[in-house]
Amino acid sequence: MATARASHRPPPRPPRRPRGATSRKVLTGIAGFDEISGGGIPRARTTLIVGGAGCGKTVFALQTLVNHASQSGEAAIFVAFEEEPQQIIANASEFGWDLPRLIRRKVFFLDAQLSPDIVQVGDFDLIGMLERLRRKAIELRATVIVFDGIDVLLTLLDNPAAARRELYRIRDWLSTNGLTCIITQKSTGVGRTRPLGVLQFMVDCVVVLDQQVESGSTFRSLRIMKFRGSGFKGDEFPIEVMSKGMVLTDRGPMELASVVSTERVPTGLPRLDEMLQGGYQRGSNVVISGAPGTAKSTLAALFAVAACARGERTLYVSFNEGTPQLVRNLRSVNVRLTPHIRSGILTMHSVRTSGPNIAEQFNQLRAKVLEVTPRCVIIDPLSALSTKTAHLASADATSQFLDFLKTSHITAVSASVSHRLSGDDSTSTAISTIADTWIHLTNLVEDGERIRTLSIVKSRGTGHSNQVRELKLADSGVTLADVFTARGAVLMGAARWESERADADTDMHAHLAATRERIALQIEQRAATARLLAIKAELEERSAERSAERELMGSTVDAAADLPPTPRPATRRRRRRA
Amino acid sequence: MRKRSAVRSPPAKASPATSRLRLRLYVAGGAPNSLAATANLTVLLDTHYAGAYTLEVVDVLTSPEKAVRDGVLVTPTLMKLAPSPIQRLVGNLSDSARLLLLLGRP
Repeated sequence: MATARASHRPPPRPPRRPRGATSRKVLTGIAGFDEISGGGIPRARTTLIVGGAGCGKTVFALQTLVNHASQSGEAAIFVAFEEEPQQIIANASEFGWDLPRLIRRKVFFLDAQLSPDIVQVGDFDLIGMLERLRRKAIELRATVIVFDGIDVLLTLLDNPAAARRELYRIRDWLSTNGLTCIITQKSTGVGRTRPLGVLQFMVDCVVVLDQQVESGSTFRSLRIMKFRGSGFKGDEFPIEVMSKGMVLTDRGPMELASVVSTERVPTGLPRLDEMLQGGYQRGSNVVISGAPGTAKSTLAALFAVAACARGERTLYVSFNEGTPQLVRNLRSVNVRLTPHIRSGILTMHSVRTSGPNIAEQFNQLRAKVLEVTPRCVIIDPLSALSTKTAHLASADATSQFLDFLKTSHITAVSASVSHRLSGDDSTSTAISTIADTWIHLTNLVEDGERIRTLSIVKSRGTGHSNQVRELKLADSGVTLADVFTARGAVLMGAARWESERADADTDMHAHLAATRERIALQIEQRAATARLLAIKAELEERSAERSAERELMGSTVDAAADLPPTPRPATRRRRRRA
Repeated sequence: MRKRSAVRSPPAKASPATSRLRLRLYVAGGAPNSLAATANLTVLLDTHYAGAYTLEVVDVLTSPEKAVRDGVLVTPTLMKLAPSPIQRLVGNLSDSARLLLLLGRP
């Protein structure tokens, strides 16, 4: 009976956990980590954070704990094996986490440092500590527990088997108590630490923190090595410990170009719009490369001005050049930023680049973008952030930043300095591959003068002109001259002027000749017309003569009829009778 | 005996009579290490300190407050309360020679 009913209507299920899939995980509050892990660390399971000194293990654990305690309102326990709790609390206060308030209500710190004067005589275990923690967890109704630096305690157990036994004890203890646990562990390299190596296999999730020094700058990274029962992104992600705690500065290519637009944005230079068949693509990355002095900034600024004129909020990031200087320089070519700066639609952000660790500089830039929420961003020059040192990392960070702009649907125009004065492919390939539109500016030296040229190296998804054009800067503004092909050669500058003169002369001669010919023709035509008229007149005269003659003849006949009958009519009559 | 000089100097004047050996042993129920520690300690005390000691055994599972008060984390932990200085020992006390050194001969 019951089964029959069940087939009609499924029996009411017990209510599911409120937040669906995420309830299987505990959010860490670490920006980016929750995304790459699909919602945080596993709930009621153990997560191992492995890393060398200064990688941010404690920060990771503490941030998760603070985030969880303040978001969910659930209590947590922090067991400090390595550091004084006071010290940890003091360090945390620098991140602006209000730990003292949380401690009073929701977070319990256990100082689990073994004092150095403790003498070890034989094997020991953690039963006492776990019992104490169990009571505390029940008392506080804690759901999260952190064992920070457990290796310190376990290394006292000089017997690896004993250390493993205690780890299993902890694991069993955690599972019976249903606690979400974070264990931090020092390492000098994953898998090389002997007694704790087993920990990686025991836990459900392993996060590896690492730091590398490249060209004198530290690059920290995070990698999820293992996550049982969950998908995750296993790449190494750059991390940064910032004022608010740890962040993943890049969340990886989450969704490349989630929104693709076919909308075109005018470049600020009408002829360039023509070359690109309508302008840049909305939300694309435009790179303007060229040697110093090829008017990259000018071209970028033109776009900024055009964007502002359309009423689009624009952020102009200039490196190593102050705003007043930039504004003044651009004014000389009639590119005026000041009105837009005044109206507030244009935000200038001038910064000096510092050091090879550009990840942090990009973070600041990202923060600025999030603050200003622009539709268009100018970076002048982007290459300031990809110095010769730490080049790989910088290219990486650059592409990540440009990716961020793209996913935010912001049109980005970046200048990129190439140090070779001529040549075509001088922009670093890393930047150029992420560029959707790549405009290259060069200085051509010909006949003793320097000529600026513009060409479009590529423009994804839009038709574009392949011609090299001359970029003319003048007081009145910037113009893009037509390409000038004469006698099979592309001419620019003075050569172009000369050629234009020569052509104009030729034109003039041709014009004169044509005029002369036209006049001659006209004369001929007039003569012909005159002849025609003369003939016409003659014709008319003749016909008049003839009609006059006919008239004369007619009147003669009539006059003859009035004459007395002649024998001729008699004959006619006679013929009729017959 | 000879070895005594190797031990960190107990005050020369302290006579065993005035400072009787007072010990507190924290154990965790019937855990192997705890049982071993209890056995090892009682054997040693009965052999070397017969009648000249006080031993209090505290089970952290049944009375954890004391463990909290004394800051005991791991089990077994032996606290030597007297004679001074107060000393802590962790482990199952299997090394009786070492333990004897640490406690000081009567």
